[in-house]
Amino acid sequence: MSEKSTRSIRLGRLRQILHRLTAHFKDVPAMGWLLTGLVIALLEKVAGPSLAYLLGLSKLPALFGSLIVFAKPSFHFPFIFNDLTTIGAVLIYDLVIYVIPLLLVSRYTIGFANKISSMLYKKSTLISALVHILLLYLVLWLWTDVSTYRALVTRLTMIAVLITLSLNIINGYMGEFSASHPGFIAVGAYATSIFTIAMFTDSTLFGAAKLPAALAPFFFPIALILGGAAAAISALVVAIPSFRTRGDYLAIISLAFMFIVKSFFENLEFAGGPRGLGGQPNLASLPVIFFWMILGIWIINNFVRSTFGKALNSVRDDELAADAMTVDTRQTKMTAFLFGAFWAGVAGGLLAHVLRYINPGSFGLQKLAEVLAMVYFGGLNSVLGSIVGAVSMNLLGEALRPLEIYKWIVIPVILILVMIYRPTGLIAFREFDIEDIVKPKTQKEGDDAAS
Amino acid sequence: MPLLEVKQMTHYFGGLRAVHDFNLSIEKGEIRGLIGPNGAGKSTVFNLITGIYTPTEGEVLLNGKNIVGVPPHKIAAMGLGRTFQNLRLWRHMTVLEHVKMARFSKLTYGLVGAFFDTRERRRQEAESEKIARELLQLLGVHNVADELVTNLPYGVQRRVEMARALAVEPQILFLDEPTAGMNPEELTEMMSIIRQVHQEFGLAIFLIEHRMKFVMELCEHIQTLVFGEVIAEGTPEEIQHNPKVIEAYLGAEVET
Repeated sequence: MSEKSTRSIRLGRLRQILHRLTAHFKDVPAMGWLLTGLVIALLEKVAGPSLAYLLGLSKLPALFGSLIVFAKPSFHFPFIFNDLTTIGAVLIYDLVIYVIPLLLVSRYTIGFANKISSMLYKKSTLISALVHILLLYLVLWLWTDVSTYRALVTRLTMIAVLITLSLNIINGYMGEFSASHPGFIAVGAYATSIFTIAMFTDSTLFGAAKLPAALAPFFFPIALILGGAAAAISALVVAIPSFRTRGDYLAIISLAFMFIVKSFFENLEFAGGPRGLGGQPNLASLPVIFFWMILGIWIINNFVRSTFGKALNSVRDDELAADAMTVDTRQTKMTAFLFGAFWAGVAGGLLAHVLRYINPGSFGLQKLAEVLAMVYFGGLNSVLGSIVGAVSMNLLGEALRPLEIYKWIVIPVILILVMIYRPTGLIAFREFDIEDIVKPKTQKEGDDAAS
Repeated sequence: MPLLEVKQMTHYFGGLRAVHDFNLSIEKGEIRGLIGPNGAGKSTVFNLITGIYTPTEGEVLLNGKNIVGVPPHKIAAMGLGRTFQNLRLWRHMTVLEHVKMARFSKLTYGLVGAFFDTRERRRQEAESEKIARELLQLLGVHNVADELVTNLPYGVQRRVEMARALAVEPQILFLDEPTAGMNPEELTEMMSIIRQVHQEFGLAIFLIEHRMKFVMELCEHIQTLVFGEVIAEGTPEEIQHNPKVIEAYLGAEVET
């Protein structure tokens, strides 16, 4: 009993300390964080390589140096992963490039950032949002420009955000457990790839290019929408039989669907069969993926906040009541399912053009586990949760890559801890309001005086 | 022409006859009650009329239109609102969202609006919110509009459910045991709410109730259902003194 109470006191004190630390930063608006990011990215671009050289690091730490720190994993006492000087060098690098600028710049630009923020906010939410998005892109572009590996991880992470969001529509907002997402991603990836390879490249499978390669970037959106549409149509195969019943049936049927899709592509000789399909033109660049991610977040967020999207919640929480309140439950579920599949297909198309090689084997159970982990880690029924889940799971997965097989012990343990302490995920059941994000944080003076 | 007319409705669950030869006719603005012991089939009658089950035999006419086989959401949109015996509220939604949700069929902005946040969508959502807030005001729960329903006391939840049913813009309101689990004070309140919405909207009301006091005071006409069959109907006084009703509720006297 007393042990428990001391623990809770200790936890309370910890919370207090945390609260005091974060209090300095509560007035930093999104604009402030973006400006800080910009400063950091610029700093790293200018000073990063020489600092790394000075510290004796052979290359720039790509993901905050975790790859260097964990380079030679040791699981015996004293658990030294790399030699101490290297670890120290990485820590100094992170401190100088990231931590110190992060704390200083964000803290001392509060006034400035809020001023810009409120200026833009007064103009219109749209302009404000666009400026934020542009800044975010600038930060990402600068940050990824120094290392191709970092750029690749970033591109894959943004695709993961799209995939996670699309699954959250079904598993979170609609509350049905669907396991068919790898199938939808595969359908999208294959449909898009076949289109672009056949049209714009000379390949052994589909013959000579039908259109000049220079046109490819303009047709890529069409290819992606085609991939999404193909995935949505394939989703009908799951939806029609399973929506007559509820609960476990959808899970089972969707799991079966995933395996069917996998064997379908394994036997589809004209698309490479089990050997896979390679040679996609290099179309999914950072700006293209960024654009589709933002578009996806925007449209999905619009959808889930409309009464049509809220109808999903009503169907999930009590379908009978939803029906009695004029909600067309069947149509609602169908729309959401196809909508989720569409975005999974688009993400699959992007993925195929980042990797530029796909094979049926990569759209199996492991992919499913990955996607589900991102959704449940980030939080059900929450756009922000999906973003957080996808980004953190992806970065974590990459950062722990040198641990090899042990990575699959560390990540599940983290997942289990999240499930114990926050069963619905980190940021569940929260609305994502763009206006709230772009708004300046400091209140007006009148409000300040009142409080 | 009556607002709602049920003719010779019979329903079987497998071999079990749950409702037999049920007839009903409700005029505009009338309050009718359905009473009966537990398991008599009262809720089944509700579910049959509102379209959750399709009656095996018989006709249900709403404004002269046969609605047998029409899906429940369409029947609701035709002007039939209802509440549930065990408060079927949506636990992750706020009070305001509940009432707005019942306006689902009134929204016409479609998927384009849902995906792209069009001006039309904003207009319709704003209008729907305005109506919802008015209803919440009417039922005195506007101050909890942004609360999750699970955080609210039982009596307030009942009011929210009523507001939600009214947002459907019903011509007739079905109330399934509106006072279940209420204390006498809340019961009086509920009675005045029902009276109020009855007058305000000129609604026809059809209600299931266990509490005799409540039914006798509110209803102009009562039917008594026992084992799926109507054994008595008439004014509250007639029902109160009907020997069959007394027998159904209290059991027959043993002859000595």
